[in-house]
Amino acid sequence: MLYAILIYGADGVFDRLSEKQQEAILAKHGKLQETMKKRNALGAVARLMESNTAVSLRPHGGSVVVTDGPFAESKEHLLGFYLIECATMDEAIEAARLLPMDTASYEIRPVHWSNQQASDGPDPHA
Amino acid sequence: MALTHTLEAHLANARPRALAALLRRFRDLDVAEDALQEAMLRALKKWPATRIPSDPAAWLIRTGSNAMIDRIRRDRRFAELASDEIALMGGPRDHTEVELERAEVIDSADMRDDVLRLMFMCCHPDLGVHDQLALALKVIAGFSVEQIAAAFVIKPKAMEQRITRAKKKASAVAGRLETPTAFERTRRLEAVCLMIYLLFNEGYASSHGKSHINPEICSEAIRLARLLLSLFPAQAEVMGLLALCLLQHARHRARIGAGGELITLDAQDRTLWDREAIAEATVMIEKALRKGRPGPYQIQAAIAAVHCRAATAADADWAEIELLYGALEREMPTPVVALNHAVAISMTKGHAAALAALAPLEDDLGSYLPYHVARADFLAALGRKEEALHAFRAALSLCPNKGQEAHITQRIAALQRCLAPD
Repeated sequence: MLYAILIYGADGVFDRLSEKQQEAILAKHGKLQETMKKRNALGAVARLMESNTAVSLRPHGGSVVVTDGPFAESKEHLLGFYLIECATMDEAIEAARLLPMDTASYEIRPVHWSNQQASDGPDPHA
Repeated sequence: MALTHTLEAHLANARPRALAALLRRFRDLDVAEDALQEAMLRALKKWPATRIPSDPAAWLIRTGSNAMIDRIRRDRRFAELASDEIALMGGPRDHTEVELERAEVIDSADMRDDVLRLMFMCCHPDLGVHDQLALALKVIAGFSVEQIAAAFVIKPKAMEQRITRAKKKASAVAGRLETPTAFERTRRLEAVCLMIYLLFNEGYASSHGKSHINPEICSEAIRLARLLLSLFPAQAEVMGLLALCLLQHARHRARIGAGGELITLDAQDRTLWDREAIAEATVMIEKALRKGRPGPYQIQAAIAAVHCRAATAADADWAEIELLYGALEREMPTPVVALNHAVAISMTKGHAAALAALAPLEDDLGSYLPYHVARADFLAALGRKEEALHAFRAALSLCPNKGQEAHITQRIAALQRCLAPD
């Protein structure tokens, strides 16, 4: 099954870390990507721009309003995500454990449908 | 343990918001800073053993308030405070608890005005520009006196005295800064944007020190702009300010040569530009322009974006740049904008037209370095080399740092080589 790892954290913390600390964090992401790639289980990977760049759409009296900023008033924002192919939730949790735990928190969500699939992984529709 | 590595980053990130809320609570900058200091010490002790709270600013505000109220109660000097003053500081313990519970869910409207108040306090018109910037770095960004002294190249002791004096003045204002009306909020926002822009420029074209740029100051100004935008997400000019700073800063690695000399836009190695920052700024400008409320920061950012889009300096869309400078001059009719417009004219309508555009600016810009550099460039391009040399020498006498000096000395040498065979 395809799982999404959603990465949540505060804007601006990564930027304040020293270069060495930043490299250590990126190395952990590299480790996850490498591990999943070897299993042909790595799908889309995205790092999002700061939430300041976001706009939100919401319905309003029969039309749609576009407003600035992320939809929810929140201290933690979606910073990025992975799609990975795993046999079980346990396996997905093990994979997510490779990621740095001190700058972000993670939510693992099984994917219902996606046009993305891990490189040679099974078809997510199957 | 990994947690301690990032703890300081979390604390620094929460600092301006926490301090701003504590300032509203205690109405005194020194007390607010003490409360924050205490809260940060407790965080350093407590967080590694547990976890970083999901809202570090709220944790610091709650802990700092509690600590300060306890201290005030313990302190004999406060024993005789009138009861209404105690009430102002949080009231009897039971009420305090209730109020602090509430503080956990910080009202974003309150936070917005709190941070704005803190920033506005630092750029109070009674303070000179450099005092404003030093105070902002100390109070909002939490720089040490040593760091600020190094940036402004004065002795730490002297910087400390300056900051103390500035703080006293600013603090007197802070107590009177009520929750603003919509009009007052706009006024504060404008003043704060300007202060952030001046801070950025202090880093971008350092008026102090050997080095031409101070990236740390630039990064801090960008952080303040980000913070301001997160609190005022619909303000097109705040978006413009952030985009402008990001675009200028994106080029910083290409702006200084191996010998510390300044490298002008046309000679920069564009592969050294920070493409991520340029992309983010481009999104920001696009977002701002959707609002249809252009202003000076947005237009300046749009100009910087045209430069950043071009593969080489010659490829830049100078016609668009000139149009944008025309628009900027209407919004902001200052001699410096007119000077930049003249530079754009030199690219679209030729050097003679540009020189003519410079003529009315002499009185205003006679002691402004870039004016003389532009004039020298135009004169040199028109073959009026002696006059160009003269203008370069005028520029040289105005150089604030070695990087710029080196750049102009080079230009003079090149011109003299041209003149030599005659």
